[in-house]
Amino acid sequence: MCTVLLANSSKLLAFEYSGTIGIESLGFINKPLADAQHNHYLSGVAELELIHEWDSGSQSLAFVPFYRYSQHDSKRSHFDIRELTWLKASDNWELRTGFRKVFWGVAESQHIIDIINQTDLVENTDTEDKLGQPMINLALIHDWGTLDLYFLTGFRERTFSGTEGRFRSPVAIDVDHPRFEENGAQRHLAYAARWSHNIGDWDLGLAHFYGTGREPTILVEQDASGNLSLIPYYPIINQTSIDIQATKGAWLWKLESLMRSGQGETFLAGTGGLEYTFYNLFDNLFDLGLVSEYLYDSRGKHAPIVFQDDILAALRFGFSDTQSTQILAGVIFDRGSNSKFYNIEASRRLGDSFKLEIEARFFSGILNTDPAFILRDDDHFRAELSYFF
Amino acid sequence: MKILLLALFVSLFSGQSLALTPEEQGLEIITELDKRDTGFADSKVKLDMVLKSRGGDESRRALEISTLELIGEGDKSLTIFDSPRDIKGTAFLSFTHALSPDEQWLFLPALKRVKRISSNNKSGPFLGSDYSFEDLTSFEIARYSYRYLKDEAIDGIDCFVVEMMPQYEFSGYSRQISWIDKQRYIILKTEYYDRKGALLKTQEFKNYKLYSDKYWRAQEQLMTNHQNEKSTQLLWQDYQFGVGLSDRDFDKSTLKRSR
Repeated sequence: MCTVLLANSSKLLAFEYSGTIGIESLGFINKPLADAQHNHYLSGVAELELIHEWDSGSQSLAFVPFYRYSQHDSKRSHFDIRELTWLKASDNWELRTGFRKVFWGVAESQHIIDIINQTDLVENTDTEDKLGQPMINLALIHDWGTLDLYFLTGFRERTFSGTEGRFRSPVAIDVDHPRFEENGAQRHLAYAARWSHNIGDWDLGLAHFYGTGREPTILVEQDASGNLSLIPYYPIINQTSIDIQATKGAWLWKLESLMRSGQGETFLAGTGGLEYTFYNLFDNLFDLGLVSEYLYDSRGKHAPIVFQDDILAALRFGFSDTQSTQILAGVIFDRGSNSKFYNIEASRRLGDSFKLEIEARFFSGILNTDPAFILRDDDHFRAELSYFF
Repeated sequence: MKILLLALFVSLFSGQSLALTPEEQGLEIITELDKRDTGFADSKVKLDMVLKSRGGDESRRALEISTLELIGEGDKSLTIFDSPRDIKGTAFLSFTHALSPDEQWLFLPALKRVKRISSNNKSGPFLGSDYSFEDLTSFEIARYSYRYLKDEAIDGIDCFVVEMMPQYEFSGYSRQISWIDKQRYIILKTEYYDRKGALLKTQEFKNYKLYSDKYWRAQEQLMTNHQNEKSTQLLWQDYQFGVGLSDRDFDKSTLKRSR
């Protein structure tokens, strides 16, 4: 492990550092919808992690800056502080203060209840990349479970592709003129609490969030000369969610569900399903996982989201080789229409310090009433080669 | 006649041990081994794994393992991966149970996600090595049935040879045969037989060192796979015992801040 010594007025602070540098190729099969868009984008990404621990590991400072440069798309080129946290752990509580990332949920196809952090959508359409969220988080750890209290102290807007980027409608979202239900401090503050516990085979979570929602409503507006603009609007929402996983032998049963009010009519959404794994097939060559989930949103066809009555079917191959080769291949299909979304992800370590990741995503049969219609010509391959140090 | 007399003599003076069945003898040996290793309370250790392919290519993994000893139930352990670098920060929390399924969680640092995982995967390779998950799980007497086979010396050290049959589900082995040092009650060698009964792997334990005047730990272990001709070496460093760990060091909150 590498150690950097930073001279401090009174003492020396020893930071451990590690990080990633990657180069990405993003290529599209079809011609873009808009002339400004391109068929291929090269991009570079770097993330550094500096950690300092003291007090026998019960206190730590972490700093994780992130930067991506993307050819053509100025909105995708961005800097973020993924983490800048001071953490103090005690016998029955932990206090975590600063920019952090928090994950809630159990499902594989989508992460609807994961609301603490804003999605860094320009990073990847899978919504798994997140912007660092400033917060004060107190966790109370007891026999009856863990109660996390969150005071979220700064709203982050969702990132969207720029004029030259793909994954957008012919009109790009006007990220420079967002609107909010509340302005000033009200906009920036949010509150959340989550109780989580595990009882035998069951892992349970119950949470509530109040504040400016992370998922914007997109307002379509037309000015006097007929130009369309798409404005992200962030309302104040209340969202209550549960997440449950039962681990029964090789079966994993999963359910996430939420109720949200404040963003149009109150609605329910859920993701539930199962995962079954066959271990050590063909003389320990690989494990094969079968994943199936149902994706539901009570707003139905009016839901401003892609999956409201859909089914995921996927295969997960985890090879036992020393290079940790993994392949995930799946399709999400709409029960009411013919639309399908295909997703293949594969990764493999090269040598000791490199990793190659490849993703292929295709859309088919999308109706023009579907919010995913804007992605109809965005079938793509993404390859990223990363160096880890 | 002489032999008969000798047999009579032996049976009179060591009648107790002769009365034991091989199964009882095996259990007695293992119980003593387990007893001598009980009471360490907790430990922390660094582990380097060196994986050798058939062609001689090497790859390495570095981990840090904390263990909490729980008397009467299985141990708790937290394993933090340091290398290969792409899985740095990944952490694995496990509550071992003798016969009911272990409870296991994996922390994925890129997503900050804790995943409860199935513990059915006993026989799969751990990080692509020749060790499977069951080889690295804490030892519990009730997980096996035993049979004493014979006495035999290894490198001049007198050993009990004991056969162990897994009683838990999903083991990759039909049986294991261990050579146990009669003096120190430590395992010097174990042979692993696959479910078809063929010799699969041999593990050798080397450079035992005594900690806290009581606990013997091998500094080096070598697992050779006879069927695919690969091997994995374990190198243990910086053993610490009685560090003062508690249940709190083995919960999901701690898992999430493992680095």
